Amino acid sequence: MGQPVSLDVNGRAVSVRSDDPEVPLLYVLRNDLDLHGPRFGCGLGQCGACTVHVDGVAVRSCTTPLSSLRPDQKIVTLEGLGSADRPHPVQAAFIAEQAAQCGYCINGMIMQSAALLARSPNPDDAAIKRELAGNLCRCGTHSRILRAVKRAAASL
Amino acid sequence: MSDPILSRRAILQGGGALVVSFSLLPRAAAAAPPLPPALPTRGLPKSVAGDEVDGFLAIGADGRVTVFSGKVDLGTGVKTALKQMAAEELDLPMGAVSIVQGDTGLTPDQGPTYGSLSIQNGGAQIRQAAATARAALLGLAADRLGVPAAGLALKDGAIGGIPFADLLKDKRFALKVDADAPLKDPSRYALVGKSVARIDIPGKVTGRFTYIHDLKVPGMVHGRVVRPPTIGARLEAVDDAAALAMPGVVKVVREGNFLAIVAQTEWGAIKAAEALRPRWSAWAGLPEQDKLWQHVRATRVAKDDVTSAVGDVAAALPQAAKMLVATYDFAIHTHGSIGPSCAVAEFKDGRLTCWSASQMTHALRRQLAAMTGLPTEDVRCIYLEGSGCYGRNGHEDAAADATLLARAVGRPVRVQWSRADEHGWDPKGPPTLIDLKGGLDAAGAIVAWTSEFFIPEGGAGNVPLVAAELAGLPHETALAPGNIVHNSALPYALPNVRTVCHRLAETPLRPSWIRTPGRMQNTFANEAFLDELAAAAGVDPADYRMRLLNDPRGAEVLTRALALAKWESRPSPRAETGGDVLRGRGVSYVRYELYRTYVAGVAEVEVDRATGAIRVPRFVVVQDCGQVINPDGVRNQLEGNVIQTVSRVLKEEVTFDRGAVTSLDWASYPILAFPEVPEVVMELIDRPTEKPWGAGEPAAAIVPSAISNAVFDATGVRLRSVPFTKAKMLEGLRGV
Repeated sequence: MGQPVSLDVNGRAVSVRSDDPEVPLLYVLRNDLDLHGPRFGCGLGQCGACTVHVDGVAVRSCTTPLSSLRPDQKIVTLEGLGSADRPHPVQAAFIAEQAAQCGYCINGMIMQSAALLARSPNPDDAAIKRELAGNLCRCGTHSRILRAVKRAAASL
Repeated sequence: MSDPILSRRAILQGGGALVVSFSLLPRAAAAAPPLPPALPTRGLPKSVAGDEVDGFLAIGADGRVTVFSGKVDLGTGVKTALKQMAAEELDLPMGAVSIVQGDTGLTPDQGPTYGSLSIQNGGAQIRQAAATARAALLGLAADRLGVPAAGLALKDGAIGGIPFADLLKDKRFALKVDADAPLKDPSRYALVGKSVARIDIPGKVTGRFTYIHDLKVPGMVHGRVVRPPTIGARLEAVDDAAALAMPGVVKVVREGNFLAIVAQTEWGAIKAAEALRPRWSAWAGLPEQDKLWQHVRATRVAKDDVTSAVGDVAAALPQAAKMLVATYDFAIHTHGSIGPSCAVAEFKDGRLTCWSASQMTHALRRQLAAMTGLPTEDVRCIYLEGSGCYGRNGHEDAAADATLLARAVGRPVRVQWSRADEHGWDPKGPPTLIDLKGGLDAAGAIVAWTSEFFIPEGGAGNVPLVAAELAGLPHETALAPGNIVHNSALPYALPNVRTVCHRLAETPLRPSWIRTPGRMQNTFANEAFLDELAAAAGVDPADYRMRLLNDPRGAEVLTRALALAKWESRPSPRAETGGDVLRGRGVSYVRYELYRTYVAGVAEVEVDRATGAIRVPRFVVVQDCGQVINPDGVRNQLEGNVIQTVSRVLKEEVTFDRGAVTSLDWASYPILAFPEVPEVVMELIDRPTEKPWGAGEPAAAIVPSAISNAVFDATGVRLRSVPFTKAKMLEGLRGV
């Protein structure tokens, strides 16, 4: 089952094993750590559904090999941002704006925009759209998502 | 919180009449889902009859009501809306109602979740069942209290202080749904018509919602199907030595042309599938894509459906002062679900349980029974939400894959499709080709209209399962593209009209319904060609439509859309054509299927003269779908439908070579991205005393034509072929 690999996920030190050190982080999070926030969408880094934070930066976990991660890097998933009872301001804003339909892309939308707001607290519409250009939504929830990000920015 | 599947507690409190055993799933995740109950024990099943109150409703000991819905929430919010409808009739708060969806062991067969019918039909059935329950409970309370029922009221799950559960013997209603049971007066509605927050969103935005992709069953392993490189290839041989040597591989499964591998882990299955060395026969049975429309035109016509015949077109058309002829086409499209299809199947004691995001679990149950040879009663299909599907995508096919693999390895198997599986193998919205002729009199009025639609035969039946086809197991052979003849006829009063659908015996790729099937493609041609006639008549296109509309509700949506868009009345195209960016506006209108929801809209476009790029910065839309259950939910659907269709019109086209689909990812099949998304300005016309009609599909019908009409207004170029690519736009601009 391979050598144990230490990771810092949602503030917890965890140890995982894999036969293949090139396994993408997404599979480790979903299947070994039961973190279902990040979602499989394309496996190609094209859609953003799998987005997580690594040291505060939004990355595509479907194309991030386990071998590329160090134990001191802080990995945060949607679950690590907040819960339904104690949502992160971005999550709370998505609830307030009812910014989801099927919700499959929403993990990526929230993680990407939370990373944006962490480095740029007051982005204009164009900056938000640019930031989310690589996150695909098929249901057409874009306008609500945009409103939610602005609402979150105002509340931070 | 959401209740994606019935909680064990709710079932238990539903009383002895319900399910008696439970398959326990591990509480793996921090917030594991409520546990799905197992197949009802024979002899003591919960009713799943669509004509019985007990089919739709159960009342728990605490007065909690569980709604059993055969219609499922495909991410549209109907779960919330259906709860509103049931809670309303029973005077309960939202929190006192749970809902179970799409479980063949527990929910009535209300037909597939398609066609914008979940509220209109499914909700109406649940509402009527709840109204029947309400009347029955009032009668029971009246008997118990010795007072007239007319003086009693339902309050917080009780009547005259007696809880619902105490009024019912055995917790069962044992009643047929009464079509005449009085419905609550809409003026007394407390929940219906209100923007109740969706019950699933908090879980979805915090990673606590259980999608089908998240389901884990004890002992579950992972399957991966190796698709043929061409649609018709035969599997001649497979070298599986390298794959079998990989860690965690359970089995290589080969049944006819169905080839798959099962492994302990998902990633292990992916890597092992790559290590398989199959040899496939050559096949090149698809037409050349650049000759698609010649191919469609040359395809054998199985039958003609005449969808309208008014007056005498053959006599009137030659008499016309002016005649226009045009051909429109709409490319092959895919559903484009962001999450590829996924399913889990398990055989236990000779019975199959299959969890999937199928929009039609009852039909899937029959398909899986046919494929496996099991009696239908030994198959149970349970719905869990997937990624939005917008029609019949790959969910049912993933269910069939998982079923074959679970049978082959004797363990529960999860199958997660890859992106290339979904783009390449989900069934497609078929190519649509439309010829039109219109005749005007000297004053510019339409004297004759005739159209011919070249579309595959078949309706909204079961789409054949890929796994059954590949494995040579029993499967349907008829095409099932959806009811795509709808809206080939016109929503206008014209003196001479003939519309005919030539139903083709075949179509290049396995067809199914994409959102707004047929209605979208057909209305594209109708409403754009109508604009051509208006331009030929030199009349403002909105005025032209208004003259033909003899339907007050239709006229109202159109009038309101024009007002909302600040429509400037003038003929198209615009007079001034200078500048690098040309701007225009276009109108469109539909009455969905000619009997229900009305939609009118105005597209605003910008055309870059140098590049041919079309932008839609703003889209105005007004919808009248009768009684609105949840206004915010309808707005969410309406806006999404417009944006999705703008994407279809500007960007989307399935590409293929002679053997298979070649647009296998988001680079080769791009969809609209954030910076390109229009502002959607909406108005809903709520009619609380009318029936609720479909809300999620209709608006897509008007989007392609509104954009074509706006492009014409901006440039004088008529785009008649979706998608409206830069190349087509530039070609048109050069021709002006």
